Amino acid sequence: MRLRWSFRRLAWMLALLAGLLAPLAVGNPYYLQVLTLGLIWAIGVYGLNIVLGFTGQLSLGHAGFFGIGAYTVGLLTLRVGLSFWVALLAAVVLTMIAGWLVGWICLRTRGHAFAIFTMAVGVIINLLIDKWDSLTNGQVGLVNIPAPNAIGPVSFDSAQARYYLVLVFLVLAAYATWAILRSPIGRAMHAVRQSEELAAAIGIPVMRTKRLAFVLSTVFAGVAGALFAGYLGYLGPDVTGVDITFDMLLYLLVGGMGTVAGPLVGALLVGALTQVLQAFQQYQMLIFGPVLVILIRFFPGGLAGIPAGIRRRRERGPNPPPLAAEPIPAAREEV
Amino acid sequence: MTLLMQEVLGGLVLGSIYSLVAMGLTLVYGVMEIPNFAHGHLYMLGAYITWFLLVSAHFGYWPATLAAAVVLSGIGALLEWVVFRPLRNAPQVHAMIASVGVMLFLEALAQWLWGPDFQRMPTPYGRVLNAGPFTVSEQQLVVIAAAIVCMSLLYLFLKHTPLGMAIEAVAQNRTGARLVGIRTHRISLITFGLSAALASIAASLIAPIHLIFPAMGTMVIMKAFAIIVIGGMGSIPGAIAGGYILALAESIGGAYVSTNYQDVIAFALLALILFLRPSGLFTKGV
Repeated sequence: MRLRWSFRRLAWMLALLAGLLAPLAVGNPYYLQVLTLGLIWAIGVYGLNIVLGFTGQLSLGHAGFFGIGAYTVGLLTLRVGLSFWVALLAAVVLTMIAGWLVGWICLRTRGHAFAIFTMAVGVIINLLIDKWDSLTNGQVGLVNIPAPNAIGPVSFDSAQARYYLVLVFLVLAAYATWAILRSPIGRAMHAVRQSEELAAAIGIPVMRTKRLAFVLSTVFAGVAGALFAGYLGYLGPDVTGVDITFDMLLYLLVGGMGTVAGPLVGALLVGALTQVLQAFQQYQMLIFGPVLVILIRFFPGGLAGIPAGIRRRRERGPNPPPLAAEPIPAAREEV
Repeated sequence: MTLLMQEVLGGLVLGSIYSLVAMGLTLVYGVMEIPNFAHGHLYMLGAYITWFLLVSAHFGYWPATLAAAVVLSGIGALLEWVVFRPLRNAPQVHAMIASVGVMLFLEALAQWLWGPDFQRMPTPYGRVLNAGPFTVSEQQLVVIAAAIVCMSLLYLFLKHTPLGMAIEAVAQNRTGARLVGIRTHRISLITFGLSAALASIAASLIAPIHLIFPAMGTMVIMKAFAIIVIGGMGSIPGAIAGGYILALAESIGGAYVSTNYQDVIAFALLALILFLRPSGLFTKGV
C-alpha cells in the first residue's frame, strides 16, 4: 500500500514537472494554445466531475455556466474597464449565485428530469447570450478582451505566461478535487451517488450535499470560462452551446468519472486526438460517439479507473462491479 | 385577426410534428425509462432517408415516407438491442450518456453521407390555397391530417391489439408484465422501433416545409423533452396536448412578443412548470 501511494505521488510530480516544462518543449505557438485550451477545458471538466462523477447527477447545463463566467469577464473588462482579477472574482461570485439559484430549482427534480431540466437551463443561457445583442453582441461575440493585468513584475502578455496562469488554476482544481474526495463531504457525495434513500437513512443531508456539489461544479465551470475569455481574448455564443457540454462529458468519460486524474487525462487525450484527426474534423464524432457508448458499457470508470479496477480485481477476485457502475439497489429488477 | 388565425394554423402544423416526435419519446420513456437524447437525430435520419428515396430512387411521396419509417424502425430496434439493452441494470446516468453518444454519431454520420448543406424536399402538395386574406399550403393540411391519422392508429394499436396492450402493461409495471408472461425485452425492441418510425414520419411530413440539415434534430429533441416533461413523462395524451400547447405558445408568442425569443418561450415554460410542479402537469398513465 505504501509503495503504491508513493508511486501515485511520483506520477503526479512527474505530471506537474511535465506541465512546468511544456512551454519550453513546445516551440510551436499553435500547439501551446491547444495545450492551454486543453487545460482550461480540464478545469471545467473537474466541475462536471464533482456533480456527475462524485454525486451521480447528470448536469447538462454545464457549458451555460462556463459561458456565464466567460461573458462576465469579457463584459466587465471590455465595457466597464475592470481589471481581469476583479472580473474573475465577479465571475466566481456570479456563477456561484447562478449555480445556487439553478440548483435550488433543478434539484427538486431527480434523475432524468434533472438532466432534462439542466439541459433546458443550458439552452436558455445559450439563447439569451446569442439573442441579447445589446449586451453580448450576439453572434458577433466579444473581441479584444484584454489579457490579465500584470501582478507586480509578472505580466501576462505572452502566451507562455498565460499558460502558467492556467496551469496554476488547474493545479488548484485538481487539488480541490482531491481534497473534496478525501473529506467527509466527498464521502457524503459518494453515498448520495450510490443511493439517495440509503444516504438519507444514515443521516446525510442529501439535498444540501447535492446542492453543494452543483454549486461547486458551476464555480469550476465559471473559473474555466473566465480563464478562457482572458486567454483567448475573444468570445462567441457557441461556447455556451449544449455541444460544448457534450464535449466536456466526453472528456470526463474518457478520463474517468469520479477520479482526480480523469478530467485532466480525458481533456488532454481527446484534445490531442482531435488534433490528430483534424483533417477529419467534421466527422470526428463518427469515432467519438461510439467511443462514448463503448466506454459507458465496458469501462464506465474511464482510463483513470482502469488501475483501480485491476487492483480491485486482484484483491477481490474476478468481475467486481466497476467503480462508477454500482447499481442503485432500489431500482433494480429483471432476472 | 387574420394574423392570429395564420399563427394558429402555423401552430397546429408545428404542434402536429412536436406531438408525433414527443409521442415516440414518451413511449420509450414509459417502457424503458430512458430519456433518448438521440430521438431527434432519428427524426433527422428519417428526413434524409425520405429525401434520398424521393430524389435518388424516384419513389413517390407516400411510399418514400413509409419506406423511411420502416428503415428507421429497424435502426431504432437495432439501437435498443446493441446500445440500451446491455445498460438495463446500470445506473440511470449510463443509458443517458450512451444516448448522447448515439446522438453525436448520427449527426456526424449525416454530415459525412450528405454534407452540411441544407436540402429541400420536393412534395406533390406544393400548391398554396387562398381563402380571402388567409393562405394555407396543401402540405400544411397534409401534415395536420396525417398526424391525426397517426395518433388515431397509435391509439387503436395500444388499446385494441394484444401487442399494444402488452406495451401498455410493460409501461405500467415491468416486473408485473414479466410475471404474466410478457417478453419484456421483445416489447422494448418493438417500442424503440415504433418510436423511431413515428419520428421518421414526423420528419417526412414537415421536411417539405422546413429544410433538411444534419443538426435539424437538436432543437426538436429539446422541444420534445420540454413537451414530455410538461405532459408528464410516459404519458401519451400528455405528449399530444403538450405538443400542441407548446407549438401554439411559440407561434402566437413569436408573432406578438418577439420572434427572436421564440425558442426561449419553450424552455422558460418548461422551467416554470418544473418549478411549480416537478412531476409535470398531467398525471402519469399511458
